[in-house]
Formats: sequence, C-alpha cells, structure tokens
Amino acid sequence: MTIGLPPYAEILRVSVEAEDGAPPVLLMPFADDVLGRPGFLHGGAISGLLEMAAIAALQHALEAEGGADARIKPVNVTVDFMRGGRDKPTRAAGVVTRLGTRVANVEATAWQDEREKPIAAARMNYLIVRD
Amino acid sequence: MAGFDPQWFATRGFGGHGAALGMRYHAHGEDWAELALPYDERLIGDPASGVIASGPIITMMDMATSLAIWIKRNAFVPHATLDLRVDYLRPATPGKTVIGRGECYRITRSIAFVRGQAHDGDPDDPLAHVAGTFMVVGDVAGMGLNRRTEA
Repeated sequence: MTIGLPPYAEILRVSVEAEDGAPPVLLMPFADDVLGRPGFLHGGAISGLLEMAAIAALQHALEAEGGADARIKPVNVTVDFMRGGRDKPTRAAGVVTRLGTRVANVEATAWQDEREKPIAAARMNYLIVRD
Repeated sequence: MAGFDPQWFATRGFGGHGAALGMRYHAHGEDWAELALPYDERLIGDPASGVIASGPIITMMDMATSLAIWIKRNAFVPHATLDLRVDYLRPATPGKTVIGRGECYRITRSIAFVRGQAHDGDPDDPLAHVAGTFMVVGDVAGMGLNRRTEA
C-alpha cells in the first residue's frame, strides 16, 4: 500500500519506515526544525508525528476493508507526554482500536530507544466520510 | 532580565520548530498570550483542500499556553507539557492567518492548568479549542517570583 504524506510531513522530515502488511511505522529524525527547548523535541512536533501515524494506521485499516477512498476528518486529539524527546530519531505507530461506519478511534505512541518506553502517546477520534 | 516579557521573548525569535512553522507573537495580557501562524503551503495537511495540518495548530497552542504560564509566573523557568487535548471545531480557512490564544487560568505548586482557542479572523468563530496541563518546576508559591531554578 502507499501512504500519502502531506507537505507538512516534509517540515518534520517524516518518512515511512516499515509496512509489510502491518500498520506503518513513521520515522522522524532529530533536526533543528523540530526543536523545542535546547536539546529537546518540541511537543508540537511530537504531536504532529503522532497524528500522522494515527492517520497512516487509519488509511491502512480503511484500505484493508476496501474503503480506501473514504475521507478522514479529525475530531479531537489528546496527547500525553511521558518523557522528553532527546537528540535521536523518533518513531511512531498507530493502532485503530475501533473502525465504525462513521467514527474511528485510534491510539498512537511515539518512542525513541525502546517501543516499550514511549516518549508520548495520543488518542484520537476521527470522523469517516464514505461516499 | 527581571520577570518575563513575551515581546522580548518573541523578538529573540521562537527558534527551532516554531521558527520552522513561521510562528509569530501577536498579543498578550496578564495571564494570556496570542500567537499568529500565517498561512503557508508548507503547512498543508490535506493537499486536496489546501487546509493546513493539525500539527502546526497543536504546536502553536502548546507555545501560546506555555507563554501564558511564563507571563502568569513572571519568570522564564522550565516546565513540561503533561497533556494537551485539542478539539478541531472546523478546518482552518486556506489562505488565512491562524491566531492562537492560550490562557493559564490556574496554577498550583506543581501544575499549571491551561486552555485556549484558535481562530482565523473572528474570535467568535473558533476553529480549535484546547485544554491542557503542565508540570511546573521551582517556586510558584509567591507567584510572580523570578527565582530561577538551578536544575
């Protein structure tokens, strides 16, 4: 499958790392453009990465059920920040917890060294508009 | 520098991610700050409509609420975002500058409670609503103290 990343992904330098049937893992390198306080990632950049991972997981799930042309509208997001993002690459992946006819619930986590030690996690609700 | 002056802070430039997005200072009051995010094609999240992504709005609201805390404490001291919730009320209008207003409405010994709204011209027609908490570091008991914490 192909994951279409928007222009905004280029500011974060996000790329799709692995996707062999599984929900894609997004990779964001450490760079000045995603810096918050000196030496740490900006919470907003982490949030942007989490949202892109969530949408990528949702596109993946929609494609799997043959609804790839459905439109996705964000309703809300809640981000929890667990650890500071340090000077190293960050990865993020989403999990679709429920995909309904009109609403999807998605969770995403971002990590650096170990997936078991997330730096941030988010819950999102999306509206699905099917033609 | 005594206290915290958001305009002085903004003239230094936001640096890092804020600068990459083109974020600017807009206005501030006793416990609030407003930032501006001019429309830029590099921020687009939906190429079909030209609507900017939600990530830059979170970044702006994180920063506007952060500024509100520094203004309320009258000190530029470290704090860390604990959580931030954003409700996307409607898409931002392509071509329009988004204004984000953050307010610190309560601060305790360890937590700052913040809220805010974003709009693109009419404050009565907001496009996003946010609520969040920050972990604050250092002495806030006297509020307005400018005691720098040495980590």
